[in-house]
Amino acid sequence: MAQTPDVGVIRSMAARMRLDIVEMIAEAGSGHPGGSLSAADIVAALYFGVMKHDAARPDWAERDRFVLSKGHAAPVLYSALAESGYIGREHLMTLRKLGSILQGHPDCKKVPGVEVSTGSLGQGLSIANGMALGLKLDGNPARVFCLLGDGELQEGQVWEAAMFAAHHGVDNLIAIVDHNGLQIDGSCTEVMCLGDVEAKFSAFGWKVISADGHDAEALVSAFKAAEGALGQGVPVVIVCGTTKGKGVSFMEGNAGWHGKAPSVDERERAVAELTAVIEKEAARG
Amino acid sequence: MGNKATRAAFGETLNELVADGYDVVAVEADLSKSTTTSTFQDAHPDRFFNAGIAEANMIDVAAGLAVTGKVAFTGSFAVFATGRAYDQVRNTVCYSDLNVKLAPTHSGITVGPDGGSHQMVEDLALMRVLPGMRVLVPADYNSAKSALRLAAAIPGPFYVRLGRASVPEVYAPDFEMELGRAYVLREGSDVTLFACGVMVVEALQAAELLAAESVSAEVIDIASVKPLDAETIIASARKTGRVVTCEEHSIIGGMGSAVAELLGETCPVPMRRVGVRDVFGTSGDPDELMAHFGLTASDIVVSARNVLA
Repeated sequence: MAQTPDVGVIRSMAARMRLDIVEMIAEAGSGHPGGSLSAADIVAALYFGVMKHDAARPDWAERDRFVLSKGHAAPVLYSALAESGYIGREHLMTLRKLGSILQGHPDCKKVPGVEVSTGSLGQGLSIANGMALGLKLDGNPARVFCLLGDGELQEGQVWEAAMFAAHHGVDNLIAIVDHNGLQIDGSCTEVMCLGDVEAKFSAFGWKVISADGHDAEALVSAFKAAEGALGQGVPVVIVCGTTKGKGVSFMEGNAGWHGKAPSVDERERAVAELTAVIEKEAARG
Repeated sequence: MGNKATRAAFGETLNELVADGYDVVAVEADLSKSTTTSTFQDAHPDRFFNAGIAEANMIDVAAGLAVTGKVAFTGSFAVFATGRAYDQVRNTVCYSDLNVKLAPTHSGITVGPDGGSHQMVEDLALMRVLPGMRVLVPADYNSAKSALRLAAAIPGPFYVRLGRASVPEVYAPDFEMELGRAYVLREGSDVTLFACGVMVVEALQAAELLAAESVSAEVIDIASVKPLDAETIIASARKTGRVVTCEEHSIIGGMGSAVAELLGETCPVPMRRVGVRDVFGTSGDPDELMAHFGLTASDIVVSARNVLA
């Protein structure tokens, strides 16, 4: 981190991003609110505190790189890119529509600030490994951050990548797991039990940090610890305990909101809840 | 004129590319000695990454390296690099239009004794259908070197199909392959033999045999299966009015299909396809298998007679 991140800024950005997510998906009539909302605090911490980046120079060689391996959470990324200034806010309400740069899953050919297209699960960590090795070869100090979902950990390729990162000493990479416990067909435990995620990464040779994925202060200190562990020949993962649908009462903890747009009435209720949080954060700030 | 396998060009050419200033890296999946990427590893250990037996990861690590500006080559065998990692090639390499060059070896049935599980005869179909993917099928060692150099020189996804078996020299060492160009190796007026890969030599032999029967066969190397050299292919089909395609690949979806699609829309002429006829491979020596699957010069002659009848 360039300087100590402002926890208040992260909180208020996360609140604004949650409102964007709900409105974008409602406007689109489809999309994935659950996993976008669960990742909002993590992505806010990255874009508005942890990562070194500059929207005015999306090609800046030494920018930190972000890979959204759980590509279906595209709305949370698009909101962060809009709030950062990579894209105009006018794009947000075009999500998933014909001609929009904001595809259902992130397309790097269309959106400045998206490093690589994602959407087919389980691939981001492998790509992040390659990016991290490429940066190292160039003597580039930039770091790579890769956000994975927990259901995504069921893809075998994630563990190919986990083994690879440890074997090749990819120590300029921080993986983050949005461990919300739910996937399309139900709870991860019921669908395909993940077991002990922390222990699995640890067994693969990673340094593992756990954090509350909705507590900005906890996230900032987890990222600080992760950054402190870089450069020591070992990849680092932060396993974030989160709640799917976080911030919208009727979506929280409900697998049914993995990939469903709110109705007009539901949108209104969600917007009211999220606006109240934004106002609270503003008053606090 | 030495017989060398196209795979022998792989590691050597990567070394030459680095010497020429290309920012080349290679990602392998535990087959570096078979693919010859070990030659590159020996010279440039910092630019070589072994993924172990994990082809999906191999392709996406290469994709990530390409994102950071590298010219990223991948190894492994054709059956695994295309089949096992298809989603990675489609959704990451091609969908993001990344500078990844798949150059797997051990394509086709000339893999030999390893058998059907390792003999890939569907790879051209799988790769050709991907938007943005360019597909090269070199006929010999010299054209393989040139194909690899061509793939490095042009940004974006490439598939360079390499083989295990030794093949006679067709091209001079200074041959420079061009993207989207077919090569007329022998002019003729009665029938056109379109060939690629190891079948180029068979087609040239077939043309000799046909000449003894007073049939004038034109032989054209379709080294660039995608993009096709439409102009050369159509011109030859117009001239001879009879066409045989020859490939060490399934007759479904490969070079023969590409030529059929093109000519069907532009210049429909009687046509036969020599290739593997919708079956898997089997164990045997490469020469035995070429005969078993009907891929020899005399098989081409039969198809030529047939299309001329």
